[in-house]
Amino acid sequence: MTQYIDKIKEIANRVLTEGKVEMVIGFRKGSVPMMNQPHLATSAESVDELVWDSNCGLNLANYLTDKKGTIGIIAKGCDSRNIVTHVIENKIKRDQLYIIGVPCTGMIDHHKINAMFDGEVLNVEESGDSITISGNGFSETLSKQELLAENCAVCSHRNPVEYDELAGDLVEEQKDVDQYASVTKVEALSADEKFNYFEDLLSPCIRCYACRNACPLCYCPTCFVDESRPQWVGKSQDPTDVKTFHLLRAYHCAGRCTDCGACERVCPMGIKIREFTKKLNKDCQDLYGWEAGLSLDERPPLDTFKTDDPDEFIK
Amino acid sequence: MKNLLEHTGLEPGRLHFSWISSAESTKFVDVVTKITDEVKALDPANKKYVKTEPKVD
Ligand code: SF4
Ligand code: SF4
Ligand code: SF4
Repeated sequence: MTQYIDKIKEIANRVLTEGKVEMVIGFRKGSVPMMNQPHLATSAESVDELVWDSNCGLNLANYLTDKKGTIGIIAKGCDSRNIVTHVIENKIKRDQLYIIGVPCTGMIDHHKINAMFDGEVLNVEESGDSITISGNGFSETLSKQELLAENCAVCSHRNPVEYDELAGDLVEEQKDVDQYASVTKVEALSADEKFNYFEDLLSPCIRCYACRNACPLCYCPTCFVDESRPQWVGKSQDPTDVKTFHLLRAYHCAGRCTDCGACERVCPMGIKIREFTKKLNKDCQDLYGWEAGLSLDERPPLDTFKTDDPDEFIK
Repeated sequence: MKNLLEHTGLEPGRLHFSWISSAESTKFVDVVTKITDEVKALDPANKKYVKTEPKVD
């Protein structure tokens, strides 16, 4: 992954000097290990700050909503699918964008890595497929495959679906991964077990809304949780209020979620929030054969009507 | 809608959808009677998604 950076910088500099775009959205090194930050590069010096490694798990499409002017954006598979979703939802125009596609081999899971060590992880180095994690009194080298974020481990669209230029050769897509294994497992439980499973899953939630803020789909000017006239959902820590927030957010992402994992990545409590959206992704796949963000020419299932739409739920 | 709620532990049989025109009064009566009968048959102890007094540890 790290080898792409020279090409990324070369393209970014070129499109900026040629005046094709006014800024390039990418990543710069974060202030703590494994947390690269979004970066808006507008000059040769700021292009120099761009980085690319396995810690670029945020979704950059999040920074495109309703932007004016021309923008270059670095896009891995999932970002490109959210860019497509933004375009079909009229949140940005395709011709405002210069998409620098980056074939992706997955991002590493900082929750998992931090949990593996007692001491604080102070440094994470990447070289090819191995990752060296070190801190006060420890240092260990592991293969990246073992450290992948859960969504990346089952990702089947690592190559960008839409781009103007690539920063590297396309990678082989993962076949034979069961995208929905976690959902199938829960589906097999009884109603009570399911209820308890989600109750436990959400019990650490502090309702900081970082998951919502990091999600490129959550672009409403006023989110339903923040509205007070009317107040749609209680603002307390009551498990019913917490679950209502998560259920409603998931419904708002139905048919749109690309399983980019940004929501889980930013959760300070390490909650597996994708368990909600994943179920809806699976339903979209089973009922409509739909995966979000794959084509600019297709409308999503929830804004089209077909006479043969499944309707078993309604009597 | 139904799928995710039941996936997260809502008892099957508690959520019903129906399409009834304002002219279909008999269908409305039938559907409501059927739903109330079905829901009454469920165990009241399984009422979920109802706010309770805060738990104190
Ligand atoms: S979800 Fe796929 S494209 Fe996105 S970071 Fe993970 S492996 Fe890469
Ligand atoms: S980021 Fe985590 S803790 Fe914060 S609201 Fe979302 S699930 Fe809850
Ligand atoms: S809900 Fe999570 S996984 Fe889905 S698009 Fe939003 S941030 Fe990505």
